[in-house]
Amino acid sequence: MKLSPDAVPSRRRFLAGSGALLVGFGAGSSRTALGWQGLGPDGGAPPRGDPDRLDSWLAVTTGGEVEAFTGKCELGQGILTAQVQLVAEELGVAAGRVRLLQCDTDRTPDQGTTSGSNSHPANFDGEGLARAAATAREALLARASERLGLPVDGLGVRDGVVFDAVDPSRRVGFAELVAGGSFDVPLSPTARRRAPERWTVLGTSFPRLDVPALATGSFEFVHNVRVPGMLHGAVVRPPGPGARLEGVDEGSVRDRPGLAGIVVRGDFVGVVADQPWRAFEAARQLRVSWTPGPPLPPREDLYQQLRTRKPSRDTLVVDSGDTPARLTAAAFVVEATYLHPYQMHGSLGTSCAVADVREDAATVWSPTQAVYPLRSALAMLLVLPERSIRVIYRRGSGCYGLNGADTVSYDAALLSQAIGAPVRVQLGRRDEMAWENFGNAQVVDQRVGVGEGGAIVAWDCESWSPRLGSRPGSDRPGNVVTGSLVGFPPEEHRARSPAPVPSGSFRNGSNAAPSYVTGCVAGRCGGTGTVTSERVLTHSVESVFFTGPLRAPGRLQNTFAHECLMDEVAARVGADPVGYRLRHLSDPRLAECVRRAAQAAGWEARPSPRPGRPGSGIASGRGIACVLYKGDNGYAAMVAEVDVNQDSGEVLARRLVVAHDCGPVSNPDGVKNQIEGGALQGLSRALGEEVTWGERGVTSVDWRSYRSLSLGAEVPEIECVLIDRRDQPALGAGETSITVVAAAVGNAVFDATGARLREVPFTPARVKAALAARGEG
Amino acid sequence: MIALQVDGRRHEVDADPATPLLHVLAGDLQLRGPKLGCGMAQCGSCTVLVDGRAVRSCAMRVKDAAGKQVTTLEGLGTPERPHPLQQAFIDEQAVQCGFCLSGVILTAKALLDRNPDPTDEELRWELSGILCRCFAHGRMLRAIRRYAAQLRSSR
Repeated sequence: MKLSPDAVPSRRRFLAGSGALLVGFGAGSSRTALGWQGLGPDGGAPPRGDPDRLDSWLAVTTGGEVEAFTGKCELGQGILTAQVQLVAEELGVAAGRVRLLQCDTDRTPDQGTTSGSNSHPANFDGEGLARAAATAREALLARASERLGLPVDGLGVRDGVVFDAVDPSRRVGFAELVAGGSFDVPLSPTARRRAPERWTVLGTSFPRLDVPALATGSFEFVHNVRVPGMLHGAVVRPPGPGARLEGVDEGSVRDRPGLAGIVVRGDFVGVVADQPWRAFEAARQLRVSWTPGPPLPPREDLYQQLRTRKPSRDTLVVDSGDTPARLTAAAFVVEATYLHPYQMHGSLGTSCAVADVREDAATVWSPTQAVYPLRSALAMLLVLPERSIRVIYRRGSGCYGLNGADTVSYDAALLSQAIGAPVRVQLGRRDEMAWENFGNAQVVDQRVGVGEGGAIVAWDCESWSPRLGSRPGSDRPGNVVTGSLVGFPPEEHRARSPAPVPSGSFRNGSNAAPSYVTGCVAGRCGGTGTVTSERVLTHSVESVFFTGPLRAPGRLQNTFAHECLMDEVAARVGADPVGYRLRHLSDPRLAECVRRAAQAAGWEARPSPRPGRPGSGIASGRGIACVLYKGDNGYAAMVAEVDVNQDSGEVLARRLVVAHDCGPVSNPDGVKNQIEGGALQGLSRALGEEVTWGERGVTSVDWRSYRSLSLGAEVPEIECVLIDRRDQPALGAGETSITVVAAAVGNAVFDATGARLREVPFTPARVKAALAARGEG
Repeated sequence: MIALQVDGRRHEVDADPATPLLHVLAGDLQLRGPKLGCGMAQCGSCTVLVDGRAVRSCAMRVKDAAGKQVTTLEGLGTPERPHPLQQAFIDEQAVQCGFCLSGVILTAKALLDRNPDPTDEELRWELSGILCRCFAHGRMLRAIRRYAAQLRSSR
C-alpha cells in the first residue's frame, strides 16, 4: 500500500492546494441556511450524554409518548421493531406510542458498531436499552407511588398510565410523572426486567414497523436524502490495487454540462455536478492517468501464496501440547485441506452518503454501521474537531458487514469540503464491487486422529487468511479505499511468529477451533466438545485487496472446514454423522440443536455416503453441520437435502432445516426471517460467489461476473425450529444459519455421491472434478 | 422540456433526452421507488411499469418514456392504502432491507396482470433477472402467490 508522507493532511495546506493537489473550483451554488436545528426527527435538543444516565436513553413527551435512543440501528434485520417491542414491554406502553431514534451522534448513546450479532446481547440482556427501560419503569412506579400514596406493589401499568390495582380510577399518566421530560436518574443495575413469562409484546411476531413504507416505495433510504443546495459527486477509482495517480486532464471534461468541480487529493479523484447523471458522465469522461501497481498475483496460485506469504501474524487459539504424539499414536489420521475464496458483500444498491461540510462543522447522512467511529475518522479526514461533526444514520441497501458505507461517506465529505456545498455521492457498480473490503479467503489444513474405538483422539487445525484494512474504527480511515487514496495508511500488519503460548481464557470468536474440542487454556475449558488433544494455529498474512467483516467473517470459512472434516471422519469410521457429532459434543445446547434439526428433517441414522446411490444422473443426499457462533453467541444446526446432477455438476438444495437457539426469542418471525435469509445467502455463497481478478485489477465487477442466486433460482423453503430459552441471556441470530450452509450442503453432496467438495464455491466444474476423483483416494 | 406522465401526474422535465429515465425519476422528481442498483439492467431495483410493462429505468432513455404511462412502486399504493400486492408483501413480511422491492413487486405485477395463473416455471423465469441480496426469496414468492390467488378468486 502507498503511504503518503503527509498521512494526516493539514486542512490549511489542503485548502491552499499545496501538499495536496486541488484542481477544483467553487461551485457558486447558493447556500441555504442549514444549521443543526431541524435536522433531527423532531428538531429537539440533543439528549445525548452520559450513557449511565437514563435521560440519554429514554424520554417521555408531553403527550405521553416514549422516545427511546439507541446506538443499534436497523439494517434490514428487524432490530428497530424488536427494540420498540422491548421498550413497549418494559414500560407498559403500546408499541405505537414508542418512537425509536437510532444512531445519531448528536442524539443517541455511543454503542459502537451495529455488528457481530451483538445488538441483542447489548440491548436485550439487562444492559443498554433494556436496563434503561427497566430503570424507567422503576422510576415511574416510584413516582406514581408517591403521587398516589400507594405502595409500588399495589400499582399496575398499562398504556402509559400507572394506576391503583384496586381502584383503577386512581391513576396518573407517564407525562405527568416525568415533568419537563427529564427523569434525571442514573441507570439502575438492579432495576427488574419484566418477567419473560409475562411478556405480551416481546416474544411475539410483532410485524415490522418499516414494512408498509418499504413495500409502497415511500421509505427514505440514504439514497433519498436531499439537502438544500445539494450537488452530486462521483468518484474515479484507480484501475487496480497499488496504482498511483499520475495526472488529471481537466480539459477532458471542460464542456460537460452542470460540472461544478474536479477534486483531487492524494490519489483520490472525484467530480461534482449539479445532477447525479452528469456527475457519473463527467467521471466517466474525465481523463485520468495512473501509474499501474505491481501485477496482481495469479488467482490460481492464491491458496499456495497464502501458505507461504510473509510476514505472518500467528496465533495459537489453543494448544494442549500433545497433538503430535496423539496423532502418531492414533489408529488412523484423516487429513484434508479446505479452501474458501474472497467473497463480497455485493450490496444490491451501491453505497451512498450525503455530506454537508462547512468551515467549522459538518453533517453527514450515512448508512454506516458505526456512527461514532465514523465521526472520529471523519475528524481526521476533514481535520475538524470531532465535536463539530454530526453523523446521522440513514438506512442503505443491506450491507451484510463492511460494504462501501464508510468509504462513500468519506467520498461525500471530501467532495463537500473541497467544493463548499452539500454533496451526495452514490458509487457506481464497478467501484462498489472492485474496491469494497472483501470477505477473506482462507486455507484450512486439518489432521484428526482416530483411536481404536472409533472416537476422535486429537484434532490439529492450521489456517491461513489474508487481511488488509477492515473497519476503520475511530482512527484508521486508511482501512477502506478512500482513506487509503487520500494517504492514510491501513492498519499495520503486525508480524508475530512463532505464536505465543495461549494464555488467559479460551476465546473462539472466529470459530477457529472446531466444536468438538474441549478448548482448554490455562486449565480452564471453554469449548463445546470432548476432544482433549487439540491445537489450533492461525496465520494472518497481508492481502492485496482490502478485506473486512462479511457476514460470519472467518467463522463461516472455519466452520466449512471443521464440519466437513468431521463428516469425513464419521464416514471413515462408518458412523452416522449426527450420532458421531453427538458423541463428541459436550455442550447440551449445541447437542440439542443437532438433535432437533435431525428430528425435524426426519434424519435416518446411517453412515454416509448413501448406500445404493446411482453412479450417474441425479443423486440425492443429506448432510448436517452445526456451530456455536463466535464460540458464545448463538447456536445453530442445519440439515441440508440436495440433488446432485452428476452429469452437469449442478447442485440443487431441496430442503434446509435449521434448529436455532439464541436464548429468549424477541420476535419469532423476525428470527425466522434472519435464519431464512442467512441460509439462502449462505447457499448463494456456497454455490457461486467468488471474487475474481486479473493482472491489473478485480474482474468480478457486476452481476454477470459475480453470481448471486436470483429471485428466479430454484431455492428451498427453509424450515426453522426455534428453541426459545427465556431463562438464558439474549444471543445473536443474524449470522448463525449462514455459517453452517456450505458445510451442510457439502456434506449432503458427499452423502449423495461419495464425492467430497473441499473448495467453495461448489461450481459445476468443481463438482464434476470431485465426482471424477471418487475412489482415487 | 420532456413531458412525462408518472404515477398519474404530468411533469415537464428539463433533461438531456438521453438521460436514463431512472435519474429523472429518482433525481429530478425525487421519487423513492425506483433505485439505482447497478445501472446495467442486471438487478431490477430501478424497475418501473411503462404502459404496464416492467422496464429497467436505468436502461431506458427519458425521451423514450415521453407520452407513456410510467408507474413506480409509490404510484401503486401508499402505506395507508397499499395495493393488494403490496399488502401481500406486508402480510408475509416479505422483506429485509427493502432495496429490491421495486423490481420484485412491479415485475410480479406486470406478469400477473398478463397471466394471473403462472406456473412456477413462468414465475421463476420472470423473476430470474431480479436480485435480492438479503435473500428473502421464500417470503417474496409466498407474497406473490398469495396475491395471485386473490386475483384468481376475484375473477
